[in-house]
Amino acid sequence: MSEEPKRRLIVGPFNRVEGDLEVKLEIDGGRVSAAYVNSPLFRGFERILEGRDPMDALVVAPRICGICSVSQSHAAALALAGVMGVEIPRNGMLATNLMMATENAADHLTHFHLFFMPDFARPAYEGRSWFERAEARFKAAQGSAVRGATAARAELFHVLGILGGKWPHTLTLQPGGVTRAADARDRVRLLATVGAFRRFLEDSLFGAPLDRILELAAPEDLERWRLSGPAGDFRLFLEVAEDLRLAHLGRAYGRFLSHGAYPETDGGHLYRRGTFADGRDAAFDADQVTEHHRFSRMAGRERPHPPFAGSTVPDGADEEGYSWCKAPRLAGLPYETGAIARQLVDGHPLIRALVAQDGGSVYSRVVARLLELARTVRAMEGWLRAIEPNGPWCATVEMPDNAQAVGLTEAARGALGHWLRVERGRIAGYQIIAPTTWNFSPRDLDGVPGPLEQALVGAPVQEGERTPLSVQHIVRSFDPCMVCTVH
Amino acid sequence: MNGQTLRERPLSVLWLQSGGCGGCTMSLLCAEAPDLMTLFGTAGIHLLWHPSLSEETGAEALDLFERILSGAEPLDVLCVEGSLLRGPNGTGRFHVLAGTGRPTIDWVRDLAAVAGTVLAVGTCAAYGGITAAGENIADACGLQYEGTLRGGALGGEFRARDGLPVVNVAGCPTHPNWVTETLMLLAENALKAEDLDLYQRPRFYADHLVHHGCPRNEYYEYKASAEKPSDLGCLMEHLGCLGTQAHADCNTRLWNGEGSCTRGGSACINCTAPGFEEPGHPFQQTPKFAGIPIGLPTDMPKAWFVALASLAKAATPDRVRRNAAADRIVVPPTVRPTRKG
Ligand code: SF4
Ligand code: SF4
Repeated sequence: MSEEPKRRLIVGPFNRVEGDLEVKLEIDGGRVSAAYVNSPLFRGFERILEGRDPMDALVVAPRICGICSVSQSHAAALALAGVMGVEIPRNGMLATNLMMATENAADHLTHFHLFFMPDFARPAYEGRSWFERAEARFKAAQGSAVRGATAARAELFHVLGILGGKWPHTLTLQPGGVTRAADARDRVRLLATVGAFRRFLEDSLFGAPLDRILELAAPEDLERWRLSGPAGDFRLFLEVAEDLRLAHLGRAYGRFLSHGAYPETDGGHLYRRGTFADGRDAAFDADQVTEHHRFSRMAGRERPHPPFAGSTVPDGADEEGYSWCKAPRLAGLPYETGAIARQLVDGHPLIRALVAQDGGSVYSRVVARLLELARTVRAMEGWLRAIEPNGPWCATVEMPDNAQAVGLTEAARGALGHWLRVERGRIAGYQIIAPTTWNFSPRDLDGVPGPLEQALVGAPVQEGERTPLSVQHIVRSFDPCMVCTVH
Repeated sequence: MNGQTLRERPLSVLWLQSGGCGGCTMSLLCAEAPDLMTLFGTAGIHLLWHPSLSEETGAEALDLFERILSGAEPLDVLCVEGSLLRGPNGTGRFHVLAGTGRPTIDWVRDLAAVAGTVLAVGTCAAYGGITAAGENIADACGLQYEGTLRGGALGGEFRARDGLPVVNVAGCPTHPNWVTETLMLLAENALKAEDLDLYQRPRFYADHLVHHGCPRNEYYEYKASAEKPSDLGCLMEHLGCLGTQAHADCNTRLWNGEGSCTRGGSACINCTAPGFEEPGHPFQQTPKFAGIPIGLPTDMPKAWFVALASLAKAATPDRVRRNAAADRIVVPPTVRPTRKG
């Protein structure tokens, strides 16, 4: 690689991410020396929610994001359930998990096939041993895998058609359960739909039964898969990753958090809640979360904002702020979230070992996502079998005049929280912290960069590159959702 | 001329997103039979660029925009998803197109001026949508409407090169087939001004009501109503359903395999209509005056509704009444013995 003189670069519009993203890079000696991440869109959902009937959050909040709208519904429903003190019947919980899992599984699939892999089909990689295969499978909007995945994704969404009426902006999730009971016929029809999706993963993505993915426990297992595993897009990815050294690209702080995904009847989650930082597990304490506005284009720059007392007052004249995104911190520190965080917190041996070796990287983020896809589809089949069509689906209780609660869930890209305050029967405060708000946070009160800003430092830039490929790989490895970020 | 003319080259489509949620694109990817990529290929639709689906990022995308503006690259259809943001203080700076330092609303105005047809994809781009709710601090509007008022980002007088006003493929999100079929009709030059309704929505889906084909129609006839979420009864009387007024074919053209809002147990909130975001009451509650729902079915005189409703209630069969308040069929229809031979 040739040496680059010092220069600055503004990268945008950044595509194959959800929403609007601009990245300012400082480049020195052929590497990124500093990065500033800007979300250049402000809509103001927190303000739209204020003053409304609390149940309207079920209509408004999902419209924050069309890619994880069920997750937004779920966070809203959980916050409402918290203020109402309602318990959800088991069927309601299973149906909710199924809808969430459908969205998340589709999201992982879309990310891999439509957003992440097409970068390796770009002319810049011509001549690599894997290029022709990558191009045939993943050329943007044309590759055979892109087409197949789009069709498989649409079919998987039949789960949401049946259980949720439509997607996105499903209105079925309620604080007390779901508005649609599934009968015995629905259950078997859904088993067929999920079974067909599993078949697609096995035939096309993994080239092997899901069980074999679920058995992967150590980096050596992955190594063997790369060298002699079944032909499939997973193996192609492993080959590309090895050749381009993606395990050494895009390391952030090594601090991860998860709100816990897919509630279970015993109060736990299929994927545990907690944090994993510097190699150690700890509990997640929502009271330790604050947002900083120091470099956001928001009023209230001088102090941290606990979400129950948060504020969203855009300051269009501000010169110092460089993003509409706020900077969330846990006990004052930036954290990364996403499939990699969920699997680390849950203690998955393969992901723990990969992160122990090379940290969170482009490589380990993508492996965690694909592994989670396999685990989640397995769980969906279990939930479907557990449905008892004759049991209750939805509980109803009154809305109190005054109360506050937080709804914590996981979207595909990580920890999502809605902090809701109800006063005199109306929404008095509604603060949202989305996964990409964590990951793509600007600098905080102490000037500490957010996780992506940190992960970009050191990324190689080739001479003449106007939109460095390494930067694109790193950014997309987080599967960012900018509309959620700034909401 | 009636019907289609053959095009010499594929219909070129540029897709931009502004103050929305990306949900109309996500919905579009749910197109089936055939899947989206196959449909575009076979229908002669060529995506010049789309923020979620294309290869080009950053500088390469901006080069394309420049080629379109200079006329070097012909643009048949400009699709805009998401509302246009005029704030703060008319600067448009709540949404700057990344990498350009320039408000997206300005880019949209320039590109619309060279486009053959301009399509608003979704209710945000059509009328402002959810982003315009509440105090509308972003000062959101649609391409040619602000709620029910003509105007918006391009102005009420705007006509694209083909002479059509903005085509509003409204819906929150919009159904994938509403978009693909509109594009296919455009590819055949088969969409004319008379094919749009009062709010410039394609009539092929907007001349229907959501109420048509709703599985709750029998409950509606007898005013046997759902009282709480997950009940099977009609959602109009208590739970806010606007299906009898909503222009869309959601219950005859299903979503995601076999769904619709009312099939999923939730009220139709009339998401294809300008101003749906501010119904003036909680979304899932029906406002009433003297016990009678305000906002009666389209084309129904109030006195008739009141008279019919009380008659219907008195005549409600036990089966319909009991099922309406349950989450599954508790009383099946009577099976009558059929005559032999
Ligand atoms: S639920 Fe709505 S759409 Fe269905 S019958 Fe009742 S009023 Fe009509
Ligand atoms: S049923 Fe009503 S609210 Fe639901 S998608 Fe159709 S028009 Fe929109």
